[in-house]
Amino acid sequence: MNGRRAFRVVGPVLVVTLLVAALFAGCDRSGGQVLIGSKKFTESVILGEVLAGLVSDAGVPVTHRRALGGTRILFNALASGEIHAYVEYSGTLTHEILAGSRPADEAALRDRLAASGIRLAGSIGFQNNYALGMPEARMAELGISSISDLVDHPELRFRFGNEFMDRVDGWPGLQAFYGLPQQDVRGVEHELAYRGLAAGDADLTELYTTDAEILHYGLRTLDDDRGYFTQYDAVLLYRIELERDTPEAVAALKRGLGLIDPARMIAMNAAVKIEGRAEAEIAAELLRERLDIDNEVSTEGRLGRLLRYTLEHALLVGLSLSAAVLVAVPLGILAAYRRQLGQILLAVVGILQTIPALALLVFMIPFLGIGAGPALMALFLYSLLPIVRNTHAGITGIPIHLRESAEALGLPAGARLRRIELPLALPTLLAGIKTAAVINVGAATLGALVGAGGYGQPILAGIRLDDTALILEGAVPAALFALGAQWLFERVEQWVVPRGIRGQVKP
Amino acid sequence: MFTLDRVSKRFQGAAALDGITLAFESGRTSVLIGPSGCGKSTLLRLLIGLLLPDEGTLTFDGRPLAVASMRGLRHRMGYVIQQGGLFPHLTARDNITLMARHLGWRQEQIEPRLEVLAALTHFPADGLGRYPNELSGGQNQRVALMRALMLDPEVLLLDEPLGALDPMIRYELQEDLKQIFAALGKTVILVTHDLAEAAFLGHTIILMREGRILQIGRLAEMMDAPTEPFVEQFIRAQRNHFGP
Repeated sequence: MNGRRAFRVVGPVLVVTLLVAALFAGCDRSGGQVLIGSKKFTESVILGEVLAGLVSDAGVPVTHRRALGGTRILFNALASGEIHAYVEYSGTLTHEILAGSRPADEAALRDRLAASGIRLAGSIGFQNNYALGMPEARMAELGISSISDLVDHPELRFRFGNEFMDRVDGWPGLQAFYGLPQQDVRGVEHELAYRGLAAGDADLTELYTTDAEILHYGLRTLDDDRGYFTQYDAVLLYRIELERDTPEAVAALKRGLGLIDPARMIAMNAAVKIEGRAEAEIAAELLRERLDIDNEVSTEGRLGRLLRYTLEHALLVGLSLSAAVLVAVPLGILAAYRRQLGQILLAVVGILQTIPALALLVFMIPFLGIGAGPALMALFLYSLLPIVRNTHAGITGIPIHLRESAEALGLPAGARLRRIELPLALPTLLAGIKTAAVINVGAATLGALVGAGGYGQPILAGIRLDDTALILEGAVPAALFALGAQWLFERVEQWVVPRGIRGQVKP
Repeated sequence: MFTLDRVSKRFQGAAALDGITLAFESGRTSVLIGPSGCGKSTLLRLLIGLLLPDEGTLTFDGRPLAVASMRGLRHRMGYVIQQGGLFPHLTARDNITLMARHLGWRQEQIEPRLEVLAALTHFPADGLGRYPNELSGGQNQRVALMRALMLDPEVLLLDEPLGALDPMIRYELQEDLKQIFAALGKTVILVTHDLAEAAFLGHTIILMREGRILQIGRLAEMMDAPTEPFVEQFIRAQRNHFGP
């Protein structure tokens, strides 16, 4: 009884405190900092570490927002000032980002970027071109050496990274250009495509010419005999206002131009992907050798890392769930009282549930930037349905004689809701929150795609690096976290649900 | 206390009450009786304002019952239904004192009142901390009666309060109810389908059929001078249970 009363008072205070904390956390923490971005593949992360190391050496505070996502996410983040610099590939800029009105030459490209407040500073020193790759033995067996040879082998199974499948300069363009007849063509996570090749489940994938896997998996690139693939120079992009605000950072970034040759890039990729070394360590090694920069690499221990992921994950789940409860419970009550409006409400939150998480995250970025914002919003939206539906079901499921008894006592509508209907709906309502929490813990791992951190970070990195131990470092705690959340809600249920209606989901 | 003037109520076109004109006496126990679907429960639900009449006027204490004044008036009426209508998430004590607490009664007012009611209804003190699903059917009805009486209402409305109880408990509660009604001297309106119960508890019996009142009076009057053949049939049908 006292516990329940205490919860009524403390509960809302706690929730509001969390929300305020989130607002502050969501505020720009960058004040005066240079933010470097990277895409979610190893080479980009290494380059991000290199840029961060250069800026740091100049004494400018810098943060590297690692492995944020794909091209679209990074470029939009740069265009909106969410990050200040990253390494892009020239072919991606002309063929993908500015494809609508393709710039004729490099000068035109520079002008176009400058119009968006972005400076193209120049090449890092290597190209990372697209190529098609097959296991060497299979190529010999089929007598394939160039892309044109593929026309005679329509039965081959192609597995491409999702980005390559969709890009205009990827599979669609290539297929049309060479007239390729293959039907069994599917998009998969790029790292999984390599494993498919190794296991014999696939015949061909696209490669980047600096990929460490070419050697590791015994692959060979097919000759682009009709010259389809564009040149992809790794180029440094940064926000023009950096030249005004922190010119020393710009000078530092420009030390990266021409710094890395193709052989060095392949070696660095291999060091991370095959030897399993940390990107930051590899980048620091490069800077020490080539520029005599001695940056301290802070290597976080496994326990410290786990603690950080747990904290980030708990924050994502806790905040989004609290906000969802605050919104969904009143919506559920409204839906129960206004039957027609209720049908519409339930349909809307149901539709929200069907939007794929990745699409929702990317859609949110222009409004909420990168980081925890879009992840929180997506998790919030996903949590609505179970809570709204169960609140609605809990209230509409109250037997008519109990509703009438409350009315006949002379309780006003507000008191009936507070003293009778909500407490009677509580077991069902809590079951809804519990469902939302468990879904949320799983869905929050996707937040790592937009830089929100959490257990998704080691999972994504593990997939990227083909490192099962790293995947488990995220997956196991995530599963334990979900179980913990379930246990916690069962305790809460014991605590707040009166003995008279405990153990029954419907009153 | 209550007066009805040509009150009608229809459900999906079918008349549940058909032009009822009736006055309930203050301080007396009136029993509404009749076969299922005769409108006796509908009439009681009109009195507590859970339903509104389609036609006619209904006054309480000289004033017409209206939606706006209904809530205040309900504090002057106690209502007990067959299933008790107790809230399963509240203990017996919390069920009984719910409305008083909502109205801001202090603990010093609530406790003596609870003691009086528990003594009146012969309810064991240690049962007050239990939830409805931890009490027997008879005890639940005693709690429901205490809840109805908590604010010391002028009127007590009971809709088949003993309908769901087994015969022994029912018999015991009938005795208790009679004593309680006598002790309180309140206006009581009780719905039942059991003629023996009606005769035992009621000063006046109101026999209804198909939304109309057939006869008002004591059982002896109905037996001696039935106004319609149905009155005689109804009485005989109930008597037949006891054999010849």
